[in-house]
Amino acid sequence: MEMYRIPVGAVIEAIIDFLVLHLAVATRAFAVMTSTGISWIVSALTYPPEWMVIAVFAALAWFLSRNWKIGLFTVLGLGLIWNMQLWDPTMSTLALIVVSTLIAIGIGIPIGILAALSEIAYKIITPILDIMQTMPAFVYLIPAIPFFGLGAVGAIFATVVFSVPPCIRLTCLGIKQVPKEMVEAADAFGSSKWQKLFKVQLPVAKTTIIAGVNQTIMLALSMVVIAAMIGARGLGGEVWRAIQRLEMGRGFEAGIGIVIVAIILDRVMQQYGGKGQQAQQEE
Amino acid sequence: MDKIVVEDVWKVFGPSPQKAIEMMSKGHTKTEILEKTKNTIGVANVSFSVKEGEILVVMGLSGSGKSTLVRCLNRLIDPTVGKIYVGDIDITGLTPEQLRKFRLDHLSMVFQNFALFPHRTVLDNVGYGLEIQHVDAAKRREKSMEAIIQVGLKGNEDSYPNQLSGGMQQRVGLARALALDADIMLMDEAFSALDPLIRSDMQDELLQLQEAVQKTIVFISHDLDEALKIGDRIVLMKDGYIVQSGTAEEILTNPADEYVAKFVQDVDMAKVITAESVMLKPKEMAYYETDGPKSALRKMKHSHISGIFVRKEKKLLGYVSADDALEAIKRGDSTLEKVLQADLETVSLDTPAVDIIPLLAHLHYPVPVVDEANRLRGVVIKGSLLAGLAERGTD
Repeated sequence: MEMYRIPVGAVIEAIIDFLVLHLAVATRAFAVMTSTGISWIVSALTYPPEWMVIAVFAALAWFLSRNWKIGLFTVLGLGLIWNMQLWDPTMSTLALIVVSTLIAIGIGIPIGILAALSEIAYKIITPILDIMQTMPAFVYLIPAIPFFGLGAVGAIFATVVFSVPPCIRLTCLGIKQVPKEMVEAADAFGSSKWQKLFKVQLPVAKTTIIAGVNQTIMLALSMVVIAAMIGARGLGGEVWRAIQRLEMGRGFEAGIGIVIVAIILDRVMQQYGGKGQQAQQEE
Repeated sequence: MDKIVVEDVWKVFGPSPQKAIEMMSKGHTKTEILEKTKNTIGVANVSFSVKEGEILVVMGLSGSGKSTLVRCLNRLIDPTVGKIYVGDIDITGLTPEQLRKFRLDHLSMVFQNFALFPHRTVLDNVGYGLEIQHVDAAKRREKSMEAIIQVGLKGNEDSYPNQLSGGMQQRVGLARALALDADIMLMDEAFSALDPLIRSDMQDELLQLQEAVQKTIVFISHDLDEALKIGDRIVLMKDGYIVQSGTAEEILTNPADEYVAKFVQDVDMAKVITAESVMLKPKEMAYYETDGPKSALRKMKHSHISGIFVRKEKKLLGYVSADDALEAIKRGDSTLEKVLQADLETVSLDTPAVDIIPLLAHLHYPVPVVDEANRLRGVVIKGSLLAGLAERGTD
């Protein structure tokens, strides 16, 4: 006797087909816009001579972190990438990370605020985040294709879905951790909800929120290789090609490139997140 | 005039507040109610009033509902039942927007753990209340600086809270409340987080400030000494309801029940008992206009005292001892002018006994107690003071 099979997959497929049918116009339009944006960013990063871009990044890293070691590491790391002839893929990876992180922040922080301020929203959002984080990242690639097509935008969609949870969680946590008396003080002096949010809760939660953004960036980086499977180029694409052709050396070179980008972004964000408080203490 | 009137206010946390109130009214205890209905009684049937310009201290141990009560006054917590009037306005009936406006105009608050905003400088912390009222920057700065100077923090306006000591941080908290023109200041255990010496300083400063600003203050405290020191009147709470209210002396000398008695037994009576309650009526006085040395001495002999206070136009003028009066008689003086000791050290009616004791030790005349018009109202001698302390200390 054959057991009845619950059509989980079929149902999800039907839902996605339905969404694709009705939303594809919008998502495809979005895809065109985003891919134009990405190619602009890539052109802007690859048009000037490499040394100039390295200098700009190093200066930026130093400016944001106020730490000369991070500036120096940026020069050496990007120099190595340039030397390994991985410059163009690195720049397109960077563009992908920047765009997907911006989208993730744009979605994640407002949702995080909502979850912190409304108990109902919190109860709805938390289990969804749990699912999003435990679902294997590869699975997101499949619906990405019908909605956004092959290439960078589909990869960005999958990356955003995969990397947005920590941004939401830590924004929510940061706001909930604002000491009760501080919130009471804001209320007691007659603040409106918006005044309370922007003048007290968000600034006090800033460090935690930035930690969330940092995690989002790191997760986005970890997605680049996976995203290469649906045709996103960049360092992930190099790794993916190396796997298919068993080019061990080339694969590791691209891997090292990813590590360098990750270290630079992580250190700069960490310093930037901690700086607010440090500056207050040292002044 | 009553500034704040609280009428039959209850606050119950939990699923079925009405049921809890019924049970409480029937005499069930807080724990019984919690077990049976899962409701926690925060504040139970509390009524009291605060006069304009007065410092009312709400006192009780932790869990007595005092912090909940003060939060009902500005509706950080909404009372379950009851009315709270500020002036003529019943604040329990305000809509959220009216409430916000009302807090802006009338209420300021100082918190136990300061609740300063860590990302703002002292100046911006103090100016917060003005900022959300959209007061323009120049005016805001001016008013904030005024408040900062009032609390003695001039020169620290550009510091961040974490650069300041606890005492200084709470001054910022105080300045933040003072910068507003709010007429009511709620202080929730404002000095409890400070160490004892600083706490005592801050209490003195609050009293001094109060002379100048004359706000209506509701001060929450778990420290009886603090309550006695700064409270014009005290409301004592236990398990959410009011056990006793009155002036410090009323509570100490006439505790309403066992609980209050236990609470007050360790109090140093010398700090609480005032000159008024231990002074004796002066037996006899000399009149500067009419009494000469002879009649003054006769009055002393008649009342069995060794010296006499002299008054002129109803005001206390000085003191003449029997020996000096005798000298004057020998010299043939006709007035008390030459033997009169002027510039006496005096105390007022509300001077605590602890401040009178050192005077008793070095003055060679009884300590005169005078009122605002410098009229002699009584005298304190060692015997009367000790008797007063002993009588109340052994209750």
